[in-house]
Amino acid sequence: MSPLQLLWFLLLAVLFIGFFVLEGFDFGVGMATRLLAKNEGERKQLVATIGPHWDGNEVWLITAGGAMFASYPLWYASLFSGFYILFFLVLVGLILRGVSFEFAAHAQSQRGRDIWRWALFVGSVIPPFLLGMIFTAIIQPLTIDGKMDIYASLGEQVNLLTIVGGVAVTLMCFMHGLNFIRLKTTGALRLRAWAYNRILIWVLYAGAVVFALLVYVSTDFFVKRPLSSGIIIGLIVLAIVCEHFAILKDREGLSLITSGSALALVVILIFNGLFPRVLIAKEAVNSLLITQASASNLTLTIMTGVTVVLLPIALAYFIWAYVVFHKRVPELS
Amino acid sequence: MGATVLDLARFQFAMTTVFHFFFVPFSIGMALVTAIMETMFVRTKKPLYKQMTLFWGKIFLLSFAVGVVTGIIQEFQFGMNWSNYSRFMGDIFGAPLAIEALLAFFMESTFIGLWMFTWDRFKPSLHAAMIWLVWLGTTLSAIWILSANAFMQHPTGFAINQATGRVKLVDFGAVIANPQLWVEFPHVIFGAFTTAGFAVAGMAAWRLLKHDHEDFYLHSLRIGLTVGLIAVVGAIGVGDLQTQFIIKDQPMKFAATEGIYKNTKDPAAWTVVELIDSKNHKVSNAVDVPVLLSLLAYHKTSGAVMGMDQANAELQAKYGKDKNYYVPAKTLFWSFRVMAGGGVVLALIAILGLWFSRAKKNTLMHKRWLLWLLGLALWVPFMLNAAG
Repeated sequence: MSPLQLLWFLLLAVLFIGFFVLEGFDFGVGMATRLLAKNEGERKQLVATIGPHWDGNEVWLITAGGAMFASYPLWYASLFSGFYILFFLVLVGLILRGVSFEFAAHAQSQRGRDIWRWALFVGSVIPPFLLGMIFTAIIQPLTIDGKMDIYASLGEQVNLLTIVGGVAVTLMCFMHGLNFIRLKTTGALRLRAWAYNRILIWVLYAGAVVFALLVYVSTDFFVKRPLSSGIIIGLIVLAIVCEHFAILKDREGLSLITSGSALALVVILIFNGLFPRVLIAKEAVNSLLITQASASNLTLTIMTGVTVVLLPIALAYFIWAYVVFHKRVPELS
Repeated sequence: MGATVLDLARFQFAMTTVFHFFFVPFSIGMALVTAIMETMFVRTKKPLYKQMTLFWGKIFLLSFAVGVVTGIIQEFQFGMNWSNYSRFMGDIFGAPLAIEALLAFFMESTFIGLWMFTWDRFKPSLHAAMIWLVWLGTTLSAIWILSANAFMQHPTGFAINQATGRVKLVDFGAVIANPQLWVEFPHVIFGAFTTAGFAVAGMAAWRLLKHDHEDFYLHSLRIGLTVGLIAVVGAIGVGDLQTQFIIKDQPMKFAATEGIYKNTKDPAAWTVVELIDSKNHKVSNAVDVPVLLSLLAYHKTSGAVMGMDQANAELQAKYGKDKNYYVPAKTLFWSFRVMAGGGVVLALIAILGLWFSRAKKNTLMHKRWLLWLLGLALWVPFMLNAAG
């Protein structure tokens, strides 16, 4: 394995972490438009917290996908074709969500606006749930043939671990979103988010325990790398404990950091367990390895150069946008 | 023969691509029109231009939202529908997409968020800079995605790795310097500006027919037509460069576009319309203009053009006799005629519109036929983009 291959494996993890941490609270806020908000005024207040940011946050997914295509084309091809239906439904969710903001804002009637507000909600639940399923499906052995094509049966796509994985990611995004709402709003909405936080943290504990058990049973993570997998799961629990503390003390910034860390650690757990494979086959010889799946050294070199130049620039204005909109969104009358 | 999975996958990809290509050029062009309007507001401080920016900016945002989501579909589909292609081409094809995301998507999505919500926070010139950055992002994104497309049309800087049977990148500079890209990109980008220019003019014309906010829509119409006229002339100009390139690079495609099976005489006549029998490789009922094809193809009054039969023979000599290399001539022949003819018509309509709405003697409001024409012209660039 060349250093560049390792670097791009890590960079992909970073990009997916960026996506789940940033778009995670967007999804959570989208869920909150139905689960937390009680009227259109509150919905508007919620949408205003992510209005300037959601599009940029979603670009992390597009970048992660593009970077995977560029650096690990064989992984990209097998993964996306192998989970065709799930990715198709993720797209449906992202489409509904992507157009809902503008379409709701320009709706001519109350009914039309309601439809697009629901589209935002549905589009905020489906993608995290299904991406959670996909990411927990690929850490279990899959039916892969000698041509690297995945023939994942229904049971390989929908099983106890993938369902728990989907629910867990959705719940974590919702908690993450509630923490973001507490940081970015004032008034009744903020207090209600706090109340939800204090209840849901217990569900999160339970979910973490079930998830850890299922990872132990259904994957080879604790066979191949018991130490690191154990440490990362320990850190996930620690992040949730810190989140609990931050919620009880009502420290919004720390709450958001800890819920984001928990999401990041789940991605790290998955990438750590996969290494040095990118896809795990039932018949070990068909597993797709980092060394097989990557693009050529030249492509990786060029991509590294491009990333070193462009990513800091993109990050600079990306962060600047958050600084510009640092103020809380007040209650709308 | 029933539809196979492959047919379905092709149909789906074609539909999303056409849909994508319906909205994206429009939104690239609308970004430009919106940016021009806001710059005019910054320069003149006239509230009218701010109203225009806000109004047309809304239409831009709507088209942008649709364009973005269709873009995500495009990216995912390479892996989902064309996994073997992605494996084969991945070494080259993925990089432009990733760079596009890093360079362009972050830029346009971040600055569009800033632009939407900072009207009362930034001073006007800084605010206008945001929309120009959005426009720059959309344009840069077009370069990168077209560099991937140009590679498909005219591969450069690659080798086939014999061991893996896959494409391997050899020279990234050659991929970017691909001559196909640099004739294709200006054509597409001018097409995008044309689309938005005529869309704005067309929508304004419909409102003017109803005598709605005449001052507002008349100014919008003139900006739209100015952008549209410059762009359509530009598109025709670089389209000509593109033609020069295709004749040499893809003689089969050129011959098909012109519906030529047998090599032409010297000088070659340009066929306006004809009936193509693509099964038997025959044409009939042709309406010809003498010498014009030589002029178009070589910019001189002599020179024969290779027909599809010879192009096929040459391709067979190069890649093996077991296959035919004919391309769908009917589609290419007619869609090219729609595109090129439509471009000329648009330019004429724009000149008429600008002439009759000139400040000294504005008689446009009394020329309802022209407003109708402008209103209908709204749809022409969309068809031209799809045909192209």
